[in-house]
Amino acid sequence: MRYLPHTKEDIDEMLAKSGHPSIDALFNTIPDALQTKGGLNLPEAMSEWDLDSHMETLASANIACKDYKCFIGGGSYDHYIPSIVPYLVSRSEFATAYTPYQPEVSQGTLQGIYEFQTMITELLGMDIATASHYDCGTALAECALIALRKDKKSNKIAVSSLVHPSHLKIIETYLRPTGYEIVQIPRTKEGLTDAAALGSLEGIAGVAVQSPNFLGNIEDLSAFKAIADSKGILFIASFTESLAYGLLKSPGFCGADLVAGEGQSLGIAKTFGGPGLGLLAGTKKLMRTLPGRFIGKTKDANGEDGYVLTLATREQHIKREKASSNICSNNGLNAMTAAMYLATVGKIGIREIAQQNHDKAVYLKSCLENAGFESVFDSPFFNEFVLKAPKGFKEKRADLIRNQCIFAGIDLEPYYPELKDHYLFCATEKVSKNDIDQLAKEVQ
Amino acid sequence: MNKQPGTKGLIFNEPQLWEKSREGRCAVSLPKADVERAELAASLTGNAPDLPQLSELDVVRHYTRLSQWNFGVDSGMYPLGSCTMKYNPKTNEVQAARQGFAGAHPLVGEEFSQGALKLMHDLEQALGEITGFPAVTLQPAAGAHGELAGMLMIHAFHAKKGKQRSKIIIPDTAHGTNPASASLCGYESINVKSGEKGILEPATVAAVMDEDTAGIMITNPNTLGLFEENIREICDIVHAKGGLVYGDGANMNAIMGIVKPGDLGIDVLHLNLHKTFSTPHGGGGPGSGPVGVVKELIPFLPVPRVEKELDTYKFVTDCPDSIGKMHTFYGHFGIMVRAYAYILTMGGEGLRRASQLAVLNANYIKESLRGTLNLPYDRPCMHECVFNDKYQKENHVTTMDMAKRLLDYGFHPPTVYFPLVVDAAFMVEPTETESKEDIDQFIDAVKAIAAEAKENPDLLKNAPLLTKVTRLDEVAAARKPCLRG
Repeated sequence: MRYLPHTKEDIDEMLAKSGHPSIDALFNTIPDALQTKGGLNLPEAMSEWDLDSHMETLASANIACKDYKCFIGGGSYDHYIPSIVPYLVSRSEFATAYTPYQPEVSQGTLQGIYEFQTMITELLGMDIATASHYDCGTALAECALIALRKDKKSNKIAVSSLVHPSHLKIIETYLRPTGYEIVQIPRTKEGLTDAAALGSLEGIAGVAVQSPNFLGNIEDLSAFKAIADSKGILFIASFTESLAYGLLKSPGFCGADLVAGEGQSLGIAKTFGGPGLGLLAGTKKLMRTLPGRFIGKTKDANGEDGYVLTLATREQHIKREKASSNICSNNGLNAMTAAMYLATVGKIGIREIAQQNHDKAVYLKSCLENAGFESVFDSPFFNEFVLKAPKGFKEKRADLIRNQCIFAGIDLEPYYPELKDHYLFCATEKVSKNDIDQLAKEVQ
Repeated sequence: MNKQPGTKGLIFNEPQLWEKSREGRCAVSLPKADVERAELAASLTGNAPDLPQLSELDVVRHYTRLSQWNFGVDSGMYPLGSCTMKYNPKTNEVQAARQGFAGAHPLVGEEFSQGALKLMHDLEQALGEITGFPAVTLQPAAGAHGELAGMLMIHAFHAKKGKQRSKIIIPDTAHGTNPASASLCGYESINVKSGEKGILEPATVAAVMDEDTAGIMITNPNTLGLFEENIREICDIVHAKGGLVYGDGANMNAIMGIVKPGDLGIDVLHLNLHKTFSTPHGGGGPGSGPVGVVKELIPFLPVPRVEKELDTYKFVTDCPDSIGKMHTFYGHFGIMVRAYAYILTMGGEGLRRASQLAVLNANYIKESLRGTLNLPYDRPCMHECVFNDKYQKENHVTTMDMAKRLLDYGFHPPTVYFPLVVDAAFMVEPTETESKEDIDQFIDAVKAIAAEAKENPDLLKNAPLLTKVTRLDEVAAARKPCLRG
């Protein structure tokens, strides 16, 4: 077996040196009654060639193996990935390295992630960003816990009902054993979080609003900041589409204290939903309450610049039961990927790509409205929007996926039962005018 | 094979991205803008983020140079105890990059994702077989995330019984994530000491186990590399008082095909795909922490579950006692593909062989370095062995000094200063993919360093000398944090 280098001679010599008569004797400290008899009931080992064949069959049973047109988002976005990004991140010095606990031989990872932290703070308008979290939902749950722990008087957190439905569920999961509660902020008829309803809430420790929200609409984050300030509580902003901040006013500009985001749009393939990239950012004041790793700049014994993991006293390996989070491994290589993407697109590229996302979505919306879809929310949106479908669309939509590999909108009824026949459409820089025109023709 | 791997070589300085930035450069190919520009209200529009502006070669050179400052498993031996730095097979990367997997949207619908669902289902079954549990969830995104899922399930189990408990027993050898995960569920950690053999004694557990203790978190083999020989009895003691046993499966690489944690009395166990199952560490992640459970805990598993009905696969969410969602979608699918490819490549007999050889390698190192380094627990080890700097302290040389000097010899150091039960631990886990020659080189390097410690300790104190930077001022980094450029 090609990963196991031991020859019979090697094994004999090593057993002799270690003082064991046989391989089985190596396990003599394990009571015999506890040892498995008969080995593992797994398929026989496959050659690399049979594995290729087997995996190709599996991959072909996913529609993604075909050349598809994607008009769906919902937290996972279809963007162009520049060829240099997967090329560079596949360098095994990045991929096969461990967490940089020995910084002298990890400066590649360390500078790369330091640059990631920096570019994320630029993108989000915040002071500090961590070295990554698992995804936006788990990062948001951690932000909720920070707010709840900080405010000793209140045990409730206000979360917009227009936060990604899965994120609401994750927060519920994290909060269940704590005694803390979520209060959902209802939505207005414009498909935005109801600021007035939030204003009248008492006894809350923090407020979380997603923008663009799950329906694609852009929230007035500054207004929510003002309400949070008036109550003396933390304001948390979240998002699932990072590229929105190539165009929109950043959460930091709008006054967010904490930001939880999804970075999958930054050069990371959709990969059936994971691994993505949790982004977590905060103000300088909240630095020591943020969970996860930080890379900091310092100097070596010769006065040379270098980078190290820092502020580790917050983390579980030091604080143990007193740690505020248990996170150890993060999404490091995906953070490197995002850094490479941001370096590649740069200031000019991110603006243009974000603008094109907006342009395409606006065009798609107007084409679909002309094809018989009804506008629902009269609010500005970024790359996603909701439309009410004409009769017969449900069947048409299934047919479009099956026969033409066109993914036309996410059915919102499972998420919001009152939004029957409403669909969430997405357009990114990847769909052409022709693709949009063709879709509109198909659904006429 | 007499020359040590570490040598000098030309590498390159490389500034921070924004230092190379020049106004007007752009490394991306912009798609053609084929629809009308749509203006967004000025009140919503922000300034373009001040990202660097670089040419494509700027970016390629930048990251190529950065990579050359890194040490990966592909560079050389990386014997980090409890991390299982085994070879990351490249065919796994080929499989994960298949368009049908990498390009899959999670919400396109089950009918159009049967390949992904079947892979997840088959991986759950394989992991269940390896660990001896009837059901597995793949949703947790890392080992610690799996620990949280497991503790949430234990919490839910007791809640369902109508009496929540307040404590969890944590051995002194536990990884920090264990008590941290327990705290996230509101449990108080009851810390207990391992016995002088380096393993838990049943009497110790019996002394603290009561009807207000939700259970125990146990790592087996433990972080000293020792098999917890009393585990069956310990599980019985905990179960007798209505508690549950959480198994930290980080050290699964020692026992695949040899012991099934589910046969030991463990009720819920997490695995680290980025350790035992060969997926790359990526400089810190992403990992994946699947969790296996006994029958009684199945109702509490996170949703969605993956189920097979005749020949099709579907997601099931109607699980009223589920702890809920841990991840926005279904977990780290890209990591699952790699682990699944690894399991198919190795087969059952191959996995067992891997564990046998991992344990052989560790025992060989233990015996070869006996006398050179102190063995705090001089007992047969599993896949890792723990030394410390007791002998070297006579010359005022520490574990840290030895670790830094190993870098000059061309080896990544072992895990240092963990587990905490050993003073200045030096924990070596070679894994099964290291050859005898490479291990002999490592042994020679450690012996040479031990000799230097006696004859020329400054070589260690000033180490590393061949790396791009030498020892960094971590105190200053923490005192005046500079976390962005």
